[in-house]
Amino acid sequence: MLAFIGRRLLIAIPTIILISIFVFTLQKLLPGDPVLVLAGEERDPAVLEYLREQYRLNDPIIVQYFTWIGNALQGDLGISLRTQQPVLELIAQKLPVTIQLATMALVIAIVIGVPAGVLSAYKKGTWIDWVANVVALSGLSVPNFWLGIMMILLISVQLGWLPASGYQPFSEDPLQSIKTMLMPAFVLGTGIAATLMRHTRSAMLSVLKSDYIRTARAKGLAERVVLVKHALRNALVPIVTVTTLLFGELLAGAVLTEQIFTIPGFGKLVVDAVFNRDYAVVQGIVLCTGVAFIFMNLLADVAYRVLNPRMRDR
Amino acid sequence: MAKTKTVVLALAFGLAASAAGAQDLRIGLQDDADVLDPDQGRTFVGRIVFDSLCDKLVDITPDLEIVPQLATGWEWSEDGLILTMTLREGVVFHDGTPFNAEAVAANIDRSQNLPESRRASELSSITGVEVVDEFTIRFTLGAPDATLLAQLSDRAGMMISPTAAEAAGLDFGLNPVCSGPYQFVERIQQDRIVLSRFADYWNADAYAFETVTFLPIPDTTVRLANLRAGDLDMLERLSATDVASVRGDDALAMAEATSLGYQAMTINVGNGDEANGPLGMDARVRQALSLSIDRNVVNQVVFEGAFAPGNQPWPPTSPWYNDAFPIPERDVEAARALLAEAGYPDGVDIRVQVANNPVQLQVMQVIQAMAGEAGIRISLEAKEFATLLSDQTAGAYQASQVGWSGRVDPDGNIHQFLTTGGGINDSGYSNAEVDRLLNEARVSNDIDARRAAYNAASEILMSDLPIVYLYHPVWIWAMDADIEGFVAYPDGMIRLAGVTMAE
Repeated sequence: MLAFIGRRLLIAIPTIILISIFVFTLQKLLPGDPVLVLAGEERDPAVLEYLREQYRLNDPIIVQYFTWIGNALQGDLGISLRTQQPVLELIAQKLPVTIQLATMALVIAIVIGVPAGVLSAYKKGTWIDWVANVVALSGLSVPNFWLGIMMILLISVQLGWLPASGYQPFSEDPLQSIKTMLMPAFVLGTGIAATLMRHTRSAMLSVLKSDYIRTARAKGLAERVVLVKHALRNALVPIVTVTTLLFGELLAGAVLTEQIFTIPGFGKLVVDAVFNRDYAVVQGIVLCTGVAFIFMNLLADVAYRVLNPRMRDR
Repeated sequence: MAKTKTVVLALAFGLAASAAGAQDLRIGLQDDADVLDPDQGRTFVGRIVFDSLCDKLVDITPDLEIVPQLATGWEWSEDGLILTMTLREGVVFHDGTPFNAEAVAANIDRSQNLPESRRASELSSITGVEVVDEFTIRFTLGAPDATLLAQLSDRAGMMISPTAAEAAGLDFGLNPVCSGPYQFVERIQQDRIVLSRFADYWNADAYAFETVTFLPIPDTTVRLANLRAGDLDMLERLSATDVASVRGDDALAMAEATSLGYQAMTINVGNGDEANGPLGMDARVRQALSLSIDRNVVNQVVFEGAFAPGNQPWPPTSPWYNDAFPIPERDVEAARALLAEAGYPDGVDIRVQVANNPVQLQVMQVIQAMAGEAGIRISLEAKEFATLLSDQTAGAYQASQVGWSGRVDPDGNIHQFLTTGGGINDSGYSNAEVDRLLNEARVSNDIDARRAAYNAASEILMSDLPIVYLYHPVWIWAMDADIEGFVAYPDGMIRLAGVTMAE
């Protein structure tokens, strides 16, 4: 297992280098001058020129890339043009926020999506299946931003149950932290839950048709044991794959959700950074997200081996 | 260690705030502020935060008169080249450093000479600073500068602790130390900025709240929802389309003031090849465009009548407005006649770039429809703001829908846009007579002479129309109905002196 993880980590290196080159060039292709945005309304040419020098924007792009990647390898992702905070510090501030949001959303998605999928596969063709499918379809179709604003208006403004927006660090006040995150996590989680439900349903349907399930039933096992211990466990491999892929979707969805609920996470950071052409911040974030995504994939591969003994020997 | 302390302190404040709601004032801002250093700052919301954090040498009244703040009095020499200021005694910065003439000299020096300073051009007229005695400072000017006091009423006049500035250097903005009514506690990027009452402030009694928390919430609907849910006590820039609903809500109150800024169509008349079209070459086409627009309709349709239509760099309510040129009535026939006279009886096709946000797009779509009826066929190019800005600077545009946030002194709304080679003259407009008049207006301290110069300049500009002014935004604040004593200022700032919350 350790050798396997080590091999996977080695393969990750060229991927990360490719990501870094891709982000760097893509960004430089964007129209718009960061210094002009940075200068705001006051465009003093002397200041503009000074800033270009300061942030080395006059260097050839190759030089800029190597300066950046060289510093990045030493753990220095540069300084935000906009706030002059080190990018690493900004990321360290925002990452836990988005991880908390994504984790809560994922938990909500799994808690709703998997049982719903199992149930609708088991009750295939009945009204339960039908209701679950309609709900899932609406979960996929309703846009996050609309659901978000509706929930704020209903739950915060009308009912006053949860705070409308904002963020409380988990370490300071766990209960309040979960309360402020509940709505955004739900909004983010519902779309994922729907996808998860559909995949669970189809995986379960194919497993439920297999011979060993008939054997299990023939043995006289309780239906619950057949379903959870025999069927679901085998259906889990595709579900884990989907969940990992959904993690990327979760990060992308977090961008919008964080805007609506004003959560100071990664998403808001990257949106602001793109609009302000804050190159260092965008690069740092994409690099970190890429690494996180690779790490999630690694986790999924490990999970396969835990779930499915047949995959362990390879 | 220091960080732990800050966190503990912040926690303590957080707890104190939640224990006594009225002690904390939570203000919703439209954006997150940038770096909290008055010399480096460049955002509007940053200025709102500074107003509670950093005192200035002088302040303004809602009628734009200059009044004392850290300077209690001032005097100009006959020739307008020497400004002597008497400073307030007994003032200390948040770190205990005393405020005196030495501190002012250090501040002016930093604003002028820090390479990152955005204030250098605002203070460029000051050529010498002399500490006369502990509480008297004398500025020598290279040339008379009528705008100086107005500059000193904003970021250029904000006094920061010289001790802290020296120690922190460029990092000053991470932990700003000024002499305002509130001192810096903590900031979490894109989440909040917390300030607490400064007990040794010279006018501490005027400030009721123990802490002030600024929360950036960009979405206007969500900002209002937060106010309604009680998670905010006040917000700035209420959307014009929400005005009616806030008026109808007894739990909320509103305040408004016409801003010093404007929204307009900047036309490329001499900035590269794109100026060589009918719109850029012929003033009659621009006049036709202006005549085709019903500015009241724009205001009614897009802003439900909450904003102020306009046709000059300053709003009709301003003392600088030239009454000889009222907002023109829409006249499609006259517009068509002008086009025909210019040699375009079949109309013209023009491109207008606009920021890709829903409000500005809607403004331009209304104008597009109106101009179309007069034969001016507009194709809109919606661009993300950073792109729009660099295209505009580079002259890669025919017309650009942009605005200006406005300055206290009229010079700030016109000089750099319309003088030859002006810093923001993206139109590429150049007229020797306008240059002369605008230069004359900025050096005179005689209000009547200045007004005469601006009136004469506007006469030329009204026919040349390098910038077609459209409307002036109105600052709209919404707040809890329990908040009392808030005064709306045309600069859009939030001044907390005298503001209280009924229990």
